[in-house]
Amino acid sequence: MFDKTVAELSAALKAKKVSSVELTQGFLDRISKYKELNAFISLDPARSLAQAKIADERLARGQAGPLTGIPVAQKDIFCADGWLTTCGSKMLSNFVAPYDATVIERFNAAGAVCLGKTNMDEFAMGSSNETSYYGPVKNPWDTQAVPGGSSGGSAAAVAARLAPAATGTDTGGSIRQPAALTGITGIKPSYGRVSRYGMIAFASSLDQGGPMTRTAEDAALLLSTMCGFDVRDSTSVDQPVPDFTASLNNSVKGLKIGLPKEYFGAGLSADVAKVVEAAIAEYKKLGAEIVEVSLPNSQLAIPCYYVLAPAEASSNLARFDGVRYGHRAPEYKDLSDMYCKTRAQGFGAEVKRRILIGTYVLSAGYYDAYYLQAQRLRRLITDDFNRAFEKCDVIMGPTTPTTAFNLGAKKDDPVAMYLSDIYTISVNLAGLPGMSIPAGFGVDQRPVGLQLIGKYFDEARLLNTAHQYQQATDWHKQAPKGFV
Amino acid sequence: MEWETVIGLEVHVQLLTKSKLFSGAAAQYGAEPNTQACVVDLALPGVLPVMNREAARMATKLGLAIGAVVSPRSVFARKNYFYPDLPKGYQISQYELPVVQKGTLRIEVDGQEKIIGVTRAHLEEDAGKSLHEDFHGLTGIDLNRAGTPLLEIVSEPDMRSSKEAVAYLKKLHSLVTYLEICDGNMQEGSFRCDANVSVRPKGQKEFGTRAEIKNVNSFRFVEKAIEFEVERQIELLEGGGKVVQETRLYDSVKNETRSMRGKEEAHDYRYFPDPDLLPLVIEASFIEETRKTLPELPDAKAERFKQQYKLSAYDAGVLTATRAMADYYEQVVRDSGADPKIAANWVAVELSGLLNSENKDISASPVTAPLMAGLLKRLADNTISGKIAKDVLAAMWAGEGDADAVIAKKGLKQITDNGAIEKAVDEVIANNPKQLEQFRAGKEALFGFFVGTVMKATQGKANPAQVNELLKKKLAP
Repeated sequence: MFDKTVAELSAALKAKKVSSVELTQGFLDRISKYKELNAFISLDPARSLAQAKIADERLARGQAGPLTGIPVAQKDIFCADGWLTTCGSKMLSNFVAPYDATVIERFNAAGAVCLGKTNMDEFAMGSSNETSYYGPVKNPWDTQAVPGGSSGGSAAAVAARLAPAATGTDTGGSIRQPAALTGITGIKPSYGRVSRYGMIAFASSLDQGGPMTRTAEDAALLLSTMCGFDVRDSTSVDQPVPDFTASLNNSVKGLKIGLPKEYFGAGLSADVAKVVEAAIAEYKKLGAEIVEVSLPNSQLAIPCYYVLAPAEASSNLARFDGVRYGHRAPEYKDLSDMYCKTRAQGFGAEVKRRILIGTYVLSAGYYDAYYLQAQRLRRLITDDFNRAFEKCDVIMGPTTPTTAFNLGAKKDDPVAMYLSDIYTISVNLAGLPGMSIPAGFGVDQRPVGLQLIGKYFDEARLLNTAHQYQQATDWHKQAPKGFV
Repeated sequence: MEWETVIGLEVHVQLLTKSKLFSGAAAQYGAEPNTQACVVDLALPGVLPVMNREAARMATKLGLAIGAVVSPRSVFARKNYFYPDLPKGYQISQYELPVVQKGTLRIEVDGQEKIIGVTRAHLEEDAGKSLHEDFHGLTGIDLNRAGTPLLEIVSEPDMRSSKEAVAYLKKLHSLVTYLEICDGNMQEGSFRCDANVSVRPKGQKEFGTRAEIKNVNSFRFVEKAIEFEVERQIELLEGGGKVVQETRLYDSVKNETRSMRGKEEAHDYRYFPDPDLLPLVIEASFIEETRKTLPELPDAKAERFKQQYKLSAYDAGVLTATRAMADYYEQVVRDSGADPKIAANWVAVELSGLLNSENKDISASPVTAPLMAGLLKRLADNTISGKIAKDVLAAMWAGEGDADAVIAKKGLKQITDNGAIEKAVDEVIANNPKQLEQFRAGKEALFGFFVGTVMKATQGKANPAQVNELLKKKLAP
C-alpha cells in the first residue's frame, strides 16, 4: 500500500480497501522503522490517528474529497495548532503553535491527516538539511548523501515511502532541489498562489509553499487544495484556481519548450546534462518543439538572492528575541545580555551568517549599494524571463548542477553550497512557478531532476507537461533500494 | 545678541479605528493587559499583517483637511530595532513614501495670522508598553497597544515661538477631533507631541543644532518645555558652548528638559519596504468619496459664525475651537431663540469660565445645551435679569435642576409689576432725603446709588430697566 500514489490511495480509501487509520498507522510504522533517515522532527501518533478516524467517518458518509484520509507529512515550517513547530531551530524547540497556518487549515478541511512534522534546514536556510538543529536528514538513495534542502525531511520521507506526500517551501529552490536530489516530484507555484499565513517567514518576497509527491498527478491534487486567495496574506493573489488535475491529459504536441543556453554551460556536470538532454529528447518524441532562449542575467541570480533573502530574513527573525516564546537564555545580566545570549544560543551558524549579511546590507550607507542594487538586478532577471516566454510556453533545464553530494562535503563552504541552487533561485526572484521531476540517474546512481519553469499562474500547464512525461517514462516510479 | 527660535513639531495622532492597523484585534484603551493582542500583535511565528482600510480613510481625511497631496501610492517600511514591547523587532511605518505630503495649517497668534507647513503625515503602528512597577526586579509587557494605528504628522520648522507652537498644536488638535479621526485625549496619549527646538542669531539663514523634546503630553507643558529649552540653548551658546543634537525628555515636575540619548547612540533603523505588505494605493474615487464625508472645518465654521451670528472674530474663534463647543453653541441659539451675540457671551465667557475652573470638557458639562437654552429663554423674556442669571447658572452647574426649577425654588423671578417697583422706588427716595437733595443739586452720579439701593431692597429681582425708568421720572425736580 505504501508504494501507491495519492491518487491510488484515494481510490482505495473510497473503495474501502483500506481505512485511513490503517494507512496512517502503516506509515507511522514505516517512519519508526526508518528513523535513521531522520526525516521527521515530531510525530504525534494519537493526534494523527484521531484525524484519520474522523476522515474514515467522513469516507463512510460518502463525503470524501480526493485527499480525505490521506496522510500528509508537513514541513515543520507550517504552524499547526497543538503541534510542536520548530522550523528546525533550537530557537523554537519548545514552541507549540496555538494556531493553524492557512495551508494546514486547507489540508484539515480537505480531510487529510497530518502525519508528522518533517525535518528541515534551520529556518529553511540551507540546501542540504545539515543546518537543522535536529541533525541532518539522509538521502534514501544513498545514506552517505544529503537529501537537499531546505525541505530535505519532506523529500526523504516521500522518496522512502514514509509518506505518500508532503509539503515543502521554496525560497530559492527548497522544494525543487531536494525533489531533484531524492528522485521525486515537487512544484513551487507562482508567488502569491499559496498563502504564507502561518508559514514561518524566511524571505517574505520569495517564500512559497508547495507539494512534494511522487507524481505530477499527486502534485496537482495537493496543489489544488493548497492554492487560493487568503485575506490574511496581503501578498496572496486573488486569481481563480483551476482544478489542476483537469488538464493533466492534454497533449504536449506543439508545446514550445525553451532551453536557456545559460543553464547548460560551465558548472553543469556532464552526467546531469546527459539526463536532461535525454528528457528533452523524450519531449521531442511527444511532439514538443524546442527553441533556444536566453536568460542573460542568470549569473546575477545568486548574488542578488544572497542580498535580498538575508536582508528580509534579518528582519523576519528579529521576533525571536526570547521575550514572548521560544528559547530564552537561562542566565543573563540585563536586557541586552538576554537578547545576545538568547540569539547566540538559539540560532545556528548558517542562520547567524545570514542575519549578519542581511543586517549589513540594510545598514545606513550600504543600503543603496546592496539592497537597492539587488532590487534592480531582480527586475533584470524578471525581464529576462518575460522576454524568453515570448518565444516559448515552458522553460526546461536541470534543477541542480550535480546529483546529491555527500553529507559534510559542502558544510564548511557556504559559497559552494549556495551554488547548488544556481538554476532554481532566479525562478523565485521572478516569482514564477517552477517544478522538478525525476528524469534519470547520474553516474553515481543518484537521482537527477528536470526543471520546468512556467509563466505566471501557469501551474496547470507545468503539471500537464510533467504528467505527460511521466506517462511516457517511469523514472518517477523508481524507488530507493531497501525501502520498498 | 538677539536670538531667534525655530520649532518643528511631530505629532502622533492615535486614530479612532475599531481595530488595529494590521490586525483584527480591538484598539480600545484601558483593557486588562494583553487581552487585546491577537496572534498577529504578539508576532507569533508565521503571522502576517493586513492593512486596515479605515486608517487609510482617516489619513485621507486629514490630508484633505490640510490641503495636502494624498499619495496615490504609499509604501510601508520596516523600522528595525530591538525592544521588549516591540514584538516583531520592527515597527511597520512609512518612510520614503508617506500617505500625506505637503499640507498647510493656518494659525493665529496675537491677532497675527501665519501659515505653517506640514511636511508629511504617515501611518504607523504603535508599540506595546513596558511596565516596570508591580514586578519586583522584572519588567512586564502589555501588548494591548501594540499595533494601534498612529498618524504621525510632521511640520516644517516654521514656528518661531512657543506660542506659535501651542497655536499649531491646538489647531491640529481641533482639526483631528473635528474630523473624528482622533479622540484628542492627551492624558491617555491619543495626541502626543515631540518638539524639535533650535535657536539661531537673528538674521542667520542656517538653522542651529536642534534638540528633540520627546512626548510632552499637554499644551501647557509644550509651551513650558520649549521655553525652558530655548533658554537653555541660548545660555549655552552665549557661554561659548555648543548645542548637541540629542533627544531630551521634559520633566514637568522640575520644569526642565534632560538628555535622553545623544546622536552617537542613535539607532540605525535599517528601513526597507515591508515585503509582507503591498503599497497602499489610494484611488482618486476614494479621495472624492472621502471628501464628501468631510465635516465643516474650524476655519470655515468660524467664518460662518461671524457672518451668520454677527460674532466678533474672537468669539467665533473660541466657539469653533472644538466641534463639541460649536455644536453646543448652535444648539443653544436654536433652542433658546436668544440673540446669538448674547448666547455667544453666555457660552464663550460664562460657561467656558466654569469649564476651565474645573478643567472640564464641554462634552462633560453638567449644564447641557438644552439647559443653557432654558436659562437664556428666561433672560430673554425678562423672568430674570442678567445678574440673577449668573446665580441661576451657578446653581444649574451645581446640579440643582433646570433654570425654571432654580428660579422657582429660590424665588428669583424678576419683579416686573410696575406698582411693586414704584412702591420700592418711593420708599428708597423717602428714606434718603440727603442724597435726593444732592442729586437734584446736580450730583448726577448719585443716580447709580438709587438704582443700587432699589435693587438691594428687591433682592435684585426688580427689572433693572423699569427701575431706571421710574427713578428717572421720580428723581426729576
